[in-house]
Amino acid sequence: MTNTFPATWVGAAALAVSLAATTAACSDPASSASGSGQKVSVVGFSVLKTANKKVIEDFSKTSAGKGVSFSQAYGASGDQARAVIAGLKADETHLSLEPDITKLTDAKLVPTTWKNGPNKGILTQSVVVMVVRKGNPKGIKSWDDLIKPGVKIVTPNPGSSGSAKWNILAAYGHVLAQGGDDAAAQAYLKKFLANVATLPGSGKEATTAFQGGTGDVLLSYENEAIEARAAGGDFDYVVPDQTLLIQNPVALTSTASKPAKAFLDFQLSAKGQTDYAVQGFRPLDSSLKVSVPGANDPSNPFPTPATLMTIDKDFGGWSVANKKYFDDKAGIVTKLLAASGKS
Amino acid sequence: MATIDVVAVPGPARARRARGRRALGAGSGLGLGISVVWLSLLVLIPLVAVLISAAGLGPSGFWSVVTGPQTLAALRITVLESVAVTALNIVMGTALAWVLVRDRFWGKRLLDIVIDVPFALPTIVAGLVLLSLYGPKSPLGLHAANTRYAVFLALAFVTLPFVVRTVQPVLETLERDVEEAAASLGASRLTTFRRVVLPSLVPAIAAGAALSFARAISEYGSLVLLSGNLPMRTEVASVRVLTYIENGNKAAASAVAAILLLVALAVIVGLDITQRRLARRGS
Repeated sequence: MTNTFPATWVGAAALAVSLAATTAACSDPASSASGSGQKVSVVGFSVLKTANKKVIEDFSKTSAGKGVSFSQAYGASGDQARAVIAGLKADETHLSLEPDITKLTDAKLVPTTWKNGPNKGILTQSVVVMVVRKGNPKGIKSWDDLIKPGVKIVTPNPGSSGSAKWNILAAYGHVLAQGGDDAAAQAYLKKFLANVATLPGSGKEATTAFQGGTGDVLLSYENEAIEARAAGGDFDYVVPDQTLLIQNPVALTSTASKPAKAFLDFQLSAKGQTDYAVQGFRPLDSSLKVSVPGANDPSNPFPTPATLMTIDKDFGGWSVANKKYFDDKAGIVTKLLAASGKS
Repeated sequence: MATIDVVAVPGPARARRARGRRALGAGSGLGLGISVVWLSLLVLIPLVAVLISAAGLGPSGFWSVVTGPQTLAALRITVLESVAVTALNIVMGTALAWVLVRDRFWGKRLLDIVIDVPFALPTIVAGLVLLSLYGPKSPLGLHAANTRYAVFLALAFVTLPFVVRTVQPVLETLERDVEEAAASLGASRLTTFRRVVLPSLVPAIAAGAALSFARAISEYGSLVLLSGNLPMRTEVASVRVLTYIENGNKAAASAVAAILLLVALAVIVGLDITQRRLARRGS
């Protein structure tokens, strides 16, 4: 006993000191942050990093936005939701899909009434599009062209990327939209998955892989295709006749600061929506007229597809769709994905 | 703070009496204490948390997660590719270290620096480099993207430095006299290498191999771009972990992580045992 006693003691003391140091370090910034009222913490999914820049700039020109400072964090939608649950400070969460906000309402960080406003909790919109090589050498125009032999598809992995679920649902749903049943849709998806060349971890990585030469067609969002083309990306994109409306939800946390509410009001206003629209997001109010550099036709940037599916109307809402298609074990897409590797 | 004072200022008479019986002085005791705290905070506590989280599934739940076809395939690919890459590193790493220590050639310094590049690159950048080298636009004409070779290439790239960097310093301190003595006694070069040089290198090689294997089974960033994450074909275990996390199934993610942990532990212990045996036989 006496042999080890002092060493143990010193160890215990070191533990106590280091713990004290960590807690002190942790509590310090927290207390100072809660004191200031003129700050808005925005947590958003990756694409918003560039899109929000202009919106925040214009907000600070308004009377409500004078003197408001912003702290911003952007990343993969699911990661951001988990970060907020783990304690990342957020006044506004603007994520890729509803299930990620549901994680926050489950954790009691966002009030369950978040969808009650006139915008039904949606802030930005887009549609699923097909990005093809310059001049569209494979002549890809419709979903049926994707399952032709020799066509290689790039789409992010719906397992590791929540946003990739939009793409897969669009592919699946186009069969339903044309009057097909679940069996026909599954048969289509099976052929679709057989043509998938790569399933990168996220939308960004899928774009990188496509730009690196992989595949003939990249399933992406209209706003990302437009943004990349505006930045000089050398490719075309096709809006298929049947596609899915991507609706990115926004929610203020229960502890949201007052300027955060003003900021959200601005984002939803005509000016805010115009700022998003010029960067490729479809405005909530379709009568809003904007010119969008990078779009196929900048003066008519958002053509209305013959059939525009929505998650609520065609898939029974996210809570139903997530379980039906992406459940760990029994999900239709999960099972088809696992089976796609066996052939 | 008070506790440190008690230890640091014992009465001189007591100190004299106690000195002989103490295993550790106050200085090294503090060192041990800090080491244990640091290790616990950084490694042990998070690891235990993973195991506890995985235990939440119960034995049958755990079993059904890790034997699910897709997860099992991912684990198999990960472990097999890591073993193959480690075997490659043992040979190539030792050879590289040998060349760097024993040979003189133009550009040696540069090569010595370049070996550390995979360490220094953020893994996603490594992925980009690999994609441009071995992807569809490969200037080398090597099209490995979205195949199992892609996983192997990515792992070989990021684990290259481990064996080189553990073997190199040992090789540098090795006395050449011993080799010359062996040669003068009639041993061939191969025998000298096998019976004289290799036994001294084995511990270093084993340490490097363990690091290389551990890094390989946990790799994610560098291979996601090149491998394509195709289920049952090129999807690795870390992608499965991410998938479970994304779907809010933390326990299943922990279960896969726990398996990786156990495999890593088994391999590291196995390498250590082999290394001890070989070193004993050689000396």
